[in-house]
Amino acid sequence: MSKKFTKDHEWISLDGDIATVGITAYAQEQLGDVVFVEVPEAGRQVSQGDDAAVVESVKAASEVYAPLSGEVVEGNGALEANPELVNQSPDEDGWFFKMTLSDAGQLDELMDEAAYQAFVKELG
Amino acid sequence: MSTTKQTYSGNQGLVLEEALIFEIGVVSKCGVDMEAIPDTGSMLGDCAAEQAVDLPGLSEPEAMRHYVRLSQKNHSIDAGLYPLGSCTMKHNPRLNEKMARLPGFGDIHPLQPQSSVQGALQLMDTLAHWLKTLTGMPAVALSPKAGAHGELCGMMAIRAAIEAKGELETRKRVLVPESAHGTNPATAALLGFKVDGIPADADGRVDLQAFKAKLNENGGQDVAAIMLTNPNTCGLFERDIIEIADALHEVGGYFYCDGANFNAIVGRVRPGDLGVDAMHINLHKTFSTPHGGGGPGSGPTVLSDRLAAFAPLPFVVDDGDGFKLIEDASQTDQPSFGRMVAFHGQMGMFVRALSYMMSHGSDGLRQVAEDAVLNANYVLASLKDLMSAPFNGPCMHEALFDDGFLKGTGIDTLDFAKAMIDEGYHPMTMYFPLVVHGAMLIEPTETESKATLDLFIGTMCDLVAGAKSGDLARFKQAPELAPRRRLDETLAARNPVLRWRQPEPDAQVTGQAAE
Amino acid sequence: MRYLPLTQTDRQDMLATIGAASVDDLFVDVPHAAHRAENVDLPRHQSEMQVERQLAAMANKNTSASQVPFFCGAGAYKHHVPATVDHIIQRSEFLTSYTPYQPEITQGTLQYLFEFQTQVSELTGMPVANASMYDGSTAAAEAVLMAHRVTRKTRAVLSGRLHPHYTAVIENLSEMGGFHVAQTPLQFDDLGNDDVLAMIDDDTSCVVIQNPDFFGNVSDFSALAAKVQEKGCLLIAVVPEVLSLGLLKRPGDMGADIVVGEGQSLGNGLNFGGPYVGLFAAREKHIRQMPGRLCGETVDADGKRGFVLTLSTREQHIRRDKATSNICTNSGLCSLAFTAHMTLLGGQGLRHLSKLNHARAVQLVEALTSVDGVSLINRAFFNEFAIRLPRPANEVVEALADKGVLGGVPASRLLPHGHVDDVLIVAATEVTTDEDIVAYQQALQEVLS
Repeated sequence: MSKKFTKDHEWISLDGDIATVGITAYAQEQLGDVVFVEVPEAGRQVSQGDDAAVVESVKAASEVYAPLSGEVVEGNGALEANPELVNQSPDEDGWFFKMTLSDAGQLDELMDEAAYQAFVKELG
Repeated sequence: MSTTKQTYSGNQGLVLEEALIFEIGVVSKCGVDMEAIPDTGSMLGDCAAEQAVDLPGLSEPEAMRHYVRLSQKNHSIDAGLYPLGSCTMKHNPRLNEKMARLPGFGDIHPLQPQSSVQGALQLMDTLAHWLKTLTGMPAVALSPKAGAHGELCGMMAIRAAIEAKGELETRKRVLVPESAHGTNPATAALLGFKVDGIPADADGRVDLQAFKAKLNENGGQDVAAIMLTNPNTCGLFERDIIEIADALHEVGGYFYCDGANFNAIVGRVRPGDLGVDAMHINLHKTFSTPHGGGGPGSGPTVLSDRLAAFAPLPFVVDDGDGFKLIEDASQTDQPSFGRMVAFHGQMGMFVRALSYMMSHGSDGLRQVAEDAVLNANYVLASLKDLMSAPFNGPCMHEALFDDGFLKGTGIDTLDFAKAMIDEGYHPMTMYFPLVVHGAMLIEPTETESKATLDLFIGTMCDLVAGAKSGDLARFKQAPELAPRRRLDETLAARNPVLRWRQPEPDAQVTGQAAE
Repeated sequence: MRYLPLTQTDRQDMLATIGAASVDDLFVDVPHAAHRAENVDLPRHQSEMQVERQLAAMANKNTSASQVPFFCGAGAYKHHVPATVDHIIQRSEFLTSYTPYQPEITQGTLQYLFEFQTQVSELTGMPVANASMYDGSTAAAEAVLMAHRVTRKTRAVLSGRLHPHYTAVIENLSEMGGFHVAQTPLQFDDLGNDDVLAMIDDDTSCVVIQNPDFFGNVSDFSALAAKVQEKGCLLIAVVPEVLSLGLLKRPGDMGADIVVGEGQSLGNGLNFGGPYVGLFAAREKHIRQMPGRLCGETVDADGKRGFVLTLSTREQHIRRDKATSNICTNSGLCSLAFTAHMTLLGGQGLRHLSKLNHARAVQLVEALTSVDGVSLINRAFFNEFAIRLPRPANEVVEALADKGVLGGVPASRLLPHGHVDDVLIVAATEVTTDEDIVAYQQALQEVLS
């Protein structure tokens, strides 16, 4: 499926039962060089809007929120050693975690690509 | 690349490179002569270490040279303007240093008999009197070790007062303006309070309506306190401060004032007249004790009648029969909230601050505030048409600009600051407060002459002109004339190297040669 | 006024530039009710000589440690500070510099912090150390909070022989933060037999022990550390006298997870209790949960080695209410005094100094326990020990003071409810002379007879 987006600049991509979550190219640009990422461990239950991960640059720290409710099945271990993947490949290799969804209906609340681009444009 | 001349030694005239002690010292070398060890048995039990700690030593001349060379890589208030907003980098009188080193202050033990330290307790009592009088507050806790520790003291007293009223379970919310120092929310969180932000209004002050709305969300019954900096971090006096205090008191909340900017009003305005319940005073800002490259500070905290009884241990009392230090809860009827620190606080800073206060006197301290505010307004008035000032009207002790004037130049606040370094200035505070974009906060303090400010203003004008004319290299390459050029902070954070380690034998040493 | 450069003419010219009639116009935002037309009720300005005279009069009422035979310790120690150290910390560029937020023009401060961190790391036997805390007591309290963050638990178990002020600081901050603290009963046996283990429960994050403890006892706590860790807790070791690390096994080597300490003994005077310098060292895996500033190595745009403050996202100015601590200003200049003194000593010199301290303490024990009714409590100690007296220690100390000897710290001053009225804590250091020891022995003999 195509990606969905949150106002907190997370993207989510559903493949079968598994959703992959990352931060957008716009978000990594705003942060600057990412120096540290903390991803959730498998098995953690999260509700929509919960703190799920942390991403840090030299001068800023941001929480990454769970865009949807469900259970984390995998954190991206590669980010621990190579946090720069978030800058280099925010949409692919720089993904944060994968999760199963407890309520797929929540997907409908999120923006599609066009709506997100319009949202970002408004932020200036 | 830097255009400076390359030299064999790596030195640049008087700018001398200096290796780490681990690269120049040896474990067997010692710069302290000591007497021989008397022949006694060991009483170390099973805890004796087999060998010396693996740390290098230097002879006295080598050590002196090491530290003097390092010192020459620092900017300092003694050498030049240091206009860091919110930090009050004023002249540090050497009389203070001399007084703190009197053996009767510097060489006394915190737990020797109180009869043998009456003069020290008298000094603490005298300092307390000055601080109470200047703030118009009935009590002061001297023991907090720094500004943030003073905040903790004030908020602990507030928490104790709330607990005494049986409201601890309900009063959990602390209102903190968005422009606050980071220490404010951090302190509130440390004590289990929930931080609730209040937006600033278009004038850079607390939005009174937004404050009242936040305050009354649950009838105000869940609000523990507000933590408000005054003058605030935009360098502005909170005009509605008394109304804020009254509204807060009406619903049973407490007013914590961050006193970091007390220098703007000392001797002219007493926080006690503004409805403040607790306020820390940075002796290392307003009262000239040295910043020392990041401390030691000292954060005595004045308390209102509503909080005085909860003041921490220890405290000094004068019972007519000499001074006494109350060190334990059993020695007082007051419901003190307890102890924040071992011993009695930063005595060395107390002496320095009192030496400064006595030098200035009531008249001089008032002049301090007036000259500090005058200097800041002179900078503001001289630069506001060239740079962009986000708020109208006079400022207090510091002038705030945003990065609006740099729009379209490709230069940001950081670049601008780094270019100031090449001009011989320590940059102003950058990117704080958070409520304006690309903030530049300039606090000249009262100890700068008009000539110094005129040269600074001239330099800033020239930099602005350079930025607007597209001289990108002057900013993007800066600094070029400092002991180091821009440092790679991303590398430092991604691969933290927090201590020296012996290089691998086969590894080639990269970077700078040792000497 | 000697500290104010503006002349009356300057002030008038500047007001004209601003467009204000008087300085009062600049204070227009101050509510009318808070305006004070008059000076506050305090003395007017005074000359340097006048101030000096008054402060010297206060200082002269105190008995300084160098004036008399002096034996007080209990967390603050009288040592010789080389003249070089005091000169270095009074260099303008160190004394009057701010926190090194602009690394290009504060490499002096940053490099000595890097050297300080390395020295503390090496002394404690821990992989990393921060750039200092306020003092030993607040470092200990921060260590407990850090252990809670690392383990996501909420309760600390303290040894009964922790310095009572440290205990109070930990308890106060913990309880106000919604955490719990338990402490073992006071006893004088050695640390290996401390019953902290029995008090560990499922909520316990850490055990806090002190070595040398409040009464001067030293012991190898390796076995205890292993057992604490088996139960899923961190072991926090408190070192109240940093010189002990010149002669004792390092806490890191004995298995401590966090080591905190008071660094005053290196480079810093007694100062009636402050400013001092808190040491804080930990394991690498816990770096991001550490409080306080960290200095790290990097390179500049030309590839030259340089230093910066790093991992700042832990700190209050970025993380705000989610910061690991609210600490901002720490003990910068005191850490410079520490590192300069340590550099002058070197590893061998430190060991010599520590041996000298221990030898003086052993001699003092022999002298004092030769007095009738005086007995030593400790089996092993470094430069400080506890003795039992046939009379209340606070009375003895006052009587000794009358005879010109500052003979130590009565345990009851810090533990008024600890049933330790007859216990006196006594320290000897390299400044203790043979004559001091004889004077103390004779005075004690007279006081007790």
